[in-house]
Formats: sequence, C-alpha cells, structure tokens
Amino acid sequence: MIRISSILALGALLLVGCNSGGSNESPNSTSSTGTDSGAKLKVVFIPKNTGNPYFKPLGAGIEEASKELGFEYQEQGPATGDATSQLPIIKDQIQRKVDVIILAANSPDALNEVLDDAKAKGIVVVTVDSDLEKNESHRDVGVMATDTSKIGPAQIELLGKEMNYEGEFAILSATTDAPNQNAWIADMMTALKDPKYSKMKLVETVYGNDEPQKSSTEMEALMTKHPNLKGVLSPTSVGLAAAAQVLENSGMYPGGKKAVNGGIHLTGLSTPNQLKKFVANGVITAFQLWSPKDMGSLAAYLGTAAKNKKIELKSGTEVDGPKGTKIKLNDKGVVFAGDLVTFDKANIDKFDF
Amino acid sequence: MKRPELIPAFLTILVVAFFWRISPDFRDINYLLANTTIFAETGLLAIGLTLIIISGNIDLSVGSSLVLTSCLVAKFTNDGTPIFISIVMALVIGTVLGTINGLLITVGKLPSFLVTLATMALYRGVAQAMMGPASAKVPQPLKGIDRSDFHGLPYPLIIFVFCAIVVGLVLHRMILGRWLFGIGTNSEAAHYTGFPVNRATIFAFAITGFLIGISALLMDSRLGVARHDLAKGIELDAITIVVAGGTAIAGGKGTMIGTAFSWLLLYFVKTGMGVNNLKAEYQLTIIGIILILSVFSQQIADRFSTIKHRKTTKIESR
Repeated sequence: MIRISSILALGALLLVGCNSGGSNESPNSTSSTGTDSGAKLKVVFIPKNTGNPYFKPLGAGIEEASKELGFEYQEQGPATGDATSQLPIIKDQIQRKVDVIILAANSPDALNEVLDDAKAKGIVVVTVDSDLEKNESHRDVGVMATDTSKIGPAQIELLGKEMNYEGEFAILSATTDAPNQNAWIADMMTALKDPKYSKMKLVETVYGNDEPQKSSTEMEALMTKHPNLKGVLSPTSVGLAAAAQVLENSGMYPGGKKAVNGGIHLTGLSTPNQLKKFVANGVITAFQLWSPKDMGSLAAYLGTAAKNKKIELKSGTEVDGPKGTKIKLNDKGVVFAGDLVTFDKANIDKFDF
Repeated sequence: MKRPELIPAFLTILVVAFFWRISPDFRDINYLLANTTIFAETGLLAIGLTLIIISGNIDLSVGSSLVLTSCLVAKFTNDGTPIFISIVMALVIGTVLGTINGLLITVGKLPSFLVTLATMALYRGVAQAMMGPASAKVPQPLKGIDRSDFHGLPYPLIIFVFCAIVVGLVLHRMILGRWLFGIGTNSEAAHYTGFPVNRATIFAFAITGFLIGISALLMDSRLGVARHDLAKGIELDAITIVVAGGTAIAGGKGTMIGTAFSWLLLYFVKTGMGVNNLKAEYQLTIIGIILILSVFSQQIADRFSTIKHRKTTKIESR
C-alpha cells in the first residue's frame, strides 16, 4: 500500500513539475493552436545556442519587425552549438506548422535533409549570420551581416582618420589560420595601396589566438618593439578588449598620462558591451561592427514577404525591400543587411549586445 | 515492488498523458512515431552500454566510434563501394572498434574508464584527421531510412526494438548474460568460479561495437552527410538512459527492459518539451529532475522489497 501511494505521490510531483514548466509557454501554444491562426504568420528564430549575447539584438530585430509586420514571433535555440543540435528543433517547428524559420546555422550541411523537409512543407527558410556554405539550395535566402569585402577598407579608414593618415601601425589578429581574419587583413593590404594612406606604415601583424592572455602579451611586445607606434588595429573582439586593457594600464592612449606624440590609437571590431568602459574613459575613440539587429529585421521582412508571395527569392535577382527600397540577392542568394556600424562615445549607449 | 525497472514505464505513461492533454501538436501518432528516428541511434548505443555497465565497465568512446564508423562508411560508399559491402563494412568497423576497447581492457589490464576515455579522443581524432573540416556526402541509395516505414513504423524504430529484444535475450537468457552479471557483481569471484571474464568482457564491447555500426548507418542515412563533429555528447545521453533505466553504475544489476523504457521515457519527455518550444534551459532542468525521480524511486522501491525480503526470511533483524 505504502509503495503504491508513494509512486502516486511521485507521479503527482512530476505532473506539477511539468505543468509549471509548460505554463511558461502556454500563451504561445494556445495562440498557435487557436482557430484564428489563418491570418498571422508564425515566425521562429533558431540561434546557434541559447544564452549567446550576440544573438540577442538579432532576435530583437525580428521581434521589432513582428510588431510592424504583424506576425507571431518565437525564439527557440538549442542548449549547445553542436552541428546537429538544431535538428530536433527544426523538426519540432515543422510539426508546429510555422511559416518562416530564421536560422543561424551551426553546420553548413548536417541540417540539409531536415531543411528540405521544411521547405517541402512550404516553410520559408532564411539563414542569418551563418550561411549553409556550398549548400545554399537547402534554404531560400541568406541574410548576412555585411559585405565582408568592405570590412578591411572600412577599418583602415577608421584607423587612418584617428592617426591623421600617417605613422606606424600594427595589426593584432586572432589565429594565423582564421579564414575571415586573413581575408580581412588581405583586404586591408589592398586598401593601403590607395595614395591616401601612403604615409601609414604597417610594421607588424601579430596573433593573439583569441586568448586574452596571449593577446595582452602580444600587445605589450608590440609597444616595446615599436616605440614610434601610433596605431593598433584588432579586428577581433578578444584581441581588442585585451589590447585596450594593456593600453589603459600603460597610460599611452591619446590623452593618457604617458602618451607621447599623440599616443597610440587603438581600434578594431568588437561587440559594443565589452568595450563600453574603454570608450567611456577614452582609451578607445571608436570601433566598428556590423549590426545584428538589421540582419534580424531584414530576415523577418524577406521571410514573411516570400511566404505571402509578395516577392520571389531567386539568386541574382532584385526584389522589393521594405519602404520602397530594392534588395539585391547575389548569385548565391545572399543579401547583406548593411554597412558596418561605428561605435563611439555619442552612440554606444544605445546598443546592448 | 519486484520490478523497479518498470518505474520508467510508469513515468512514461504519465508524461505521455500530460503532453497529450496539453499539446495538440503532440497529439499526433504519426509524428510521435516518425520522430523516434532522431533518438534511435542513441537507443542502440544504450542497448550495448547496458551490457557493459552491468559487467562493471563503462564505454565513453561510443560517440567517437559512431562518428568514425559513419565517416568511414560515407567516404567509402562515396568512392564507389557497393551499398551491400558498405553495410557489412559498417558492422565490421564498429565491431572492431569495440573489440579494440575490450582487448585493451582485458589483455592490457586497464580500467575501462581510462581505456575508453583515451579511445574517445583517439577515434574522433582519427575521424577528424581523415575528414578535416570537410564532410562526406552520403550517396542516394543509402539515404532516407528514417523516412521509410513498415506499416507506419519507421525502420530505425523497428531496428531499435529488434536489437533491444535480441540483446535482452542474450543478457537475460543466455550464459553470456550470466557471466556479465557475475563479473559486474564481483569480477574476482567470477574468475574463480570459472567464468571466462576476459572473453565475456570483450564480447560485451564487441556487441556494443556491432550496435554502433548499425547506429552509424542510421545516422549516415538520416543526415545525408558525415562529419567529424557530429554526435557530440551522445555517449552521455546513452549512459543516462542506461542508468535511469535502473542499471547500477557499479555493475551487477540491471535489465534491458529498464533501458528500453528509460529510452522511451526520455524520448517522450524530449519530444513533448520540444514540440511545445519549451526553452532549452528549462528542458535541461526538467530532464534532470525526471532522471533523479526515476533513479531515486527505483532505489526506494528496491529498498522496500529488500527489507520485506529480509523480514520474511529472517536473515537479519532490524
């Protein structure tokens, strides 16, 4: 008798546990199954993993668009960023009969089959931030942050302006074999051939392996080896934050206690949150990154417009964008969300990611 | 309670009833059947691990073996190996990888935790060295087993159930099973009783390897690509299923039916939460709670029956 009642008690506990968990979602599950589901499109955003701050503004961009365009928005990410961790989630969304899946893909090809299933059910699949490289046919359109070939020149221009287009500078990169870093550095070299930058001299490129400790050591070494250094460019957020800390400690930033002939200008690429303190105290004047939020809103627009048959997402064509703009899909079906955003004292507090 | 391993079955019924009531998306038999294909591969690993854990050992390398086998098979099939030979090759490679573990443990006299920790790194490392960042595409005839079914039952599910029954019979009705239980209870005693400790241990790992071979075929067929970074952490899922199904992690105790129901329980919990878009963080928490409930209630049930048993046989008074 005792054991039957104890099992029943355990069962009751379990039901309560599930209930409280399930109730968090109940507004969504009830509205999604209601009879009025005919009008509102259902859009789900699947980030690489949950709790990743980078995807917060991206989701916020979609959510804002949901209010403007009037669709139902949900975000559902996996706990880990493994190659197939998004697969069961995509299956679940197919079963939930969503209309648009916006996906920051964890794998270029492990999701091919399940995405084909989704497309076969009429779901529009939009990739954001990370595309299905060489497997582009398994999604409808890819919304990428920015035209990456413009990153190198934009960074050189930003640093050039700060150091008055003259003097020695160095690059602090991530690892020697990071494909994106190397592509950007190559673009920087090309940009430097412009006569405008003829008085700027790249003295060294060093690699901090995207580790704070190694990046700090490399930054210190740069400052010792090149006493005339006027600029450092770090197109990686780990390197940039570490270099900023070193520069703050040394007091050699423009306006710092130990600054000689104007000090060392530091800039690069990073998410704004981790550099707010250095912008506030003047160690860094400005730095750049693309806008994840723009990616989110554009992906939401394209996905819902395609689902409503207002546009047709075909590679190499031009489609109607929001508010009378035109959007060009390149030959891989990729759309760029916008230019780099430059963060400085005036605007950095408006961003939170 | 004579059969504490049936507690996962009982919990499964509760979970299904709960989600059936609250979720219209869950209330779809075809979907519930079709979705098992994601989880069948993990289930096959759990079947093998039941044998290994009962024998007092552990195999942490199951996920890496799975990946290595799936990469090799995809690569060879892509290079023109006929499908039939690919299938045989998958089973052979899996069995060989398992046997290597078994040999290192028995002949090398090393703890299974250590050996399989090493082969976990080794097997995945070989897969990575072989594949690099690229992935091997699986050719068409090998693809799509998860979409084909026999009277509504998807083939991966049929394969899982069939393997569970066969290996379950080996475990509970054949001499190998008795050896494994004996080794898991006390390997020294088993040795002096005349049990072939080494041979039985190698068999357990080889059978697991064979099941990994099947699992690799299912994974290749389902995903259509093979990469070195797939199935990460699957070994923990599989071990979890076994332990939540009432198999003692120290060995000597456990049932195949417990593992099978535990698999079913975890499947329904994951599917129910997933299709309701419960946030990943809550999903982990709830799975943790259910596992603790499952193991804890089995412990209690076990203790009750032991106390009762002691009272009636008067071996010991309390």
